[in-house]
Amino acid sequence: MPSDIAIGDTLISLRGITKVFGEGATAFAALKGVDIDIQRGDFVAVMGPSGSGKSTTMNILGCLDVPTEGQFLFRGHHVENLERDQRALLRRRYLGFVFQGFNLLARTTALENVELPLVYRGEEKAARRAAAMAALDKVGLADWWDHTPAELSGGQQQRVAIARAIVTSPDVLLADEPTGNLDTERSIEIMELLTDLNRNAGITVLMVTHESEMAAFAHTIIHFRDGLVEKITENAKRPEVKA
Amino acid sequence: MWATTFLLAVREIRRHLLRSFLTILGIVIGVWAVVTMVTLGNGATAAVKEQISSLGANVLQVRPGQGFGRGGGGPQPPDFKIEDLDAIRTQIVGVTAVAPLVQSTGTAVFNAANWSTTINGTNREYFIAQPWTFTGGRSFNAAEEQAGKAVCIIGNTVINRLFRGTDAVGKRFRIKNISCEIIGTLAPKGQGGFGNDQDDIVLMPYKAVQRRMTGNRDVRTIMVSVDANFDSQQVQSALRDLLRERRHLNSDADDDFNIFDTKQISDTLSGTTQILTSLLGAVAAVSLLVGGIGIMNIMLVSVTERTREIGIRLAIGAVAREVLLQFLVEAVTLACLGGLLGLLLALISTVILAPVLQVPFIFDPKINLIAFVFSALIGVVFGYFPARRAASLNPIEALRHE
Ligand SMILES: Nc1ncnc2c1ncn2[C@@H]1O[C@H](COP(=O)(O)OP(=O)(O)OP(=O)(O)O)[C@@H](O)[C@H]1O
Ligand SMILES: [Mg+2]
Repeated sequence: MPSDIAIGDTLISLRGITKVFGEGATAFAALKGVDIDIQRGDFVAVMGPSGSGKSTTMNILGCLDVPTEGQFLFRGHHVENLERDQRALLRRRYLGFVFQGFNLLARTTALENVELPLVYRGEEKAARRAAAMAALDKVGLADWWDHTPAELSGGQQQRVAIARAIVTSPDVLLADEPTGNLDTERSIEIMELLTDLNRNAGITVLMVTHESEMAAFAHTIIHFRDGLVEKITENAKRPEVKA
Repeated sequence: MWATTFLLAVREIRRHLLRSFLTILGIVIGVWAVVTMVTLGNGATAAVKEQISSLGANVLQVRPGQGFGRGGGGPQPPDFKIEDLDAIRTQIVGVTAVAPLVQSTGTAVFNAANWSTTINGTNREYFIAQPWTFTGGRSFNAAEEQAGKAVCIIGNTVINRLFRGTDAVGKRFRIKNISCEIIGTLAPKGQGGFGNDQDDIVLMPYKAVQRRMTGNRDVRTIMVSVDANFDSQQVQSALRDLLRERRHLNSDADDDFNIFDTKQISDTLSGTTQILTSLLGAVAAVSLLVGGIGIMNIMLVSVTERTREIGIRLAIGAVAREVLLQFLVEAVTLACLGGLLGLLLALISTVILAPVLQVPFIFDPKINLIAFVFSALIGVVFGYFPARRAASLNPIEALRHE
């Protein structure tokens, strides 16, 4: 893809996005016309009550799902109508995912987990190893490379998941409630890591959270209600992150 | 992409050793059964052929009477005369040897040793019809045959009983109170197709046996050796017509003799064991198929069990084809491993079982290859359905799967 055009530094724009689940009488509109612009390099927190459509939006942004209607521009290109495999290739190339439930492969070492996206990219074994070790080092788990998820704490597992998401140097890191399964102390460590990646690696971060304490790390906060964007606020007092 | 997929599949197999082993167990047993059955069956066929060939290849044995088991009431049909042999020799084409068999039994005595044995009166052509090897001495000559001289050729059992390893050629011994010179010794043939000892035998010119033992000029059995270039069926029917004529049988009368074709018996018997082998192989092949269904079963369960893993792979950017290939390659790799293991077990068990069952061990590369290719094919066929299912999963739902 050629580099950004038209909208300047706008990496993502959603226009009139709707999502309807089911058909006929049981049809349910989870999104009712969402407009969002996300600038390159932003750190966005998505908040809102349960069922307000946060995850649905994230899935569309992450090209895991398609909107029922509306336009989705990614790097200036329309991606709302891409086929399943085209979306997969887009995810492979530009996106990284972190989930609430960590979602690491069981009985697989941290290194092999982090390597996985590079395997699908068809990279050489040596390059794969080196990149995966570098990513593990970035999340502070270089010494734990040969441990399986069962041998790691929740916080450590989430950092391995982050390493896996950033090993391909993606444009965007999408995290749906990344701290939902962690205690406050561990959560703050994860937020500091995400902030660091956002500031120093230039990765645009989109994160869903229920906790305002975690949202406080973000630069932009998008509030959802009933399948619509309620308001977008700028966070003036972002905490400084320790090196 | 193939290398990647194979790498992922092998990792997955290594990670779940027990499950992988259980998955392929059916294939292992199937291949094992098929290859073992067919290998042992081939050995049995070869053994039967071997035993029958000791009767002489392409030999017609003619006897009075209506064949095995029949007979019963009525007068006994007459034996043959030596003139019948001359007629066969001169009037039937495609015959390489015609030998009479005049049988008697009696005790052979040498020094203090004695042994009861079978005496067969015959001629030189007998050694064309019957596969015998001389270990010493020679066959009858024309003069001995003509005169009915008391000369003997003896089988291995008789040699062992009377002469205990010493060279018998040139010695004289008594058989049925006739003094007889040994002119030849025969190599052992072993047990015949019917469990009889073929080496317990003394051969003499037929005239000697007729004159001094049976006391008549009858010939009980005629052996006719058929030229390999001629159709044994045609020779057989010409022989039948000739004998009917010579025995003055009306056109509506049944034969009062029977012709026993060793080639036909050989073909029939080895055909039977071959059919048996195929049958056993087919039964075993069904178990191989069941093994394939076993693979599909466990692969399907494993798709459900690994739904979340598939979701992760899809989210990370695997395209449907890669997930499909991963599961397919996994199934095929497993099936091939199962096939190899089955071949190995079959090799071990046939090497052990062949001597126990007294059949030769004959390694058959064809059946080994077929069984292996078939197991790989089973991997493809039964791996495809679960693989397609895995590839068609929705990543969001797969990730949510518990
Ligand atoms: N696959 C689906 N089929 C039907 N309805 C769905 C589906 N996915 C989501 N929904 C509905 O869409 C609405 C929005 O769901 P979504 O998961 O986006 O909420 P959310 O904001 O992430 O909530 P939470 O904070 O609980 O995660 C909900 O009412 C949900 O029931
Ligand atoms: Mg949600």
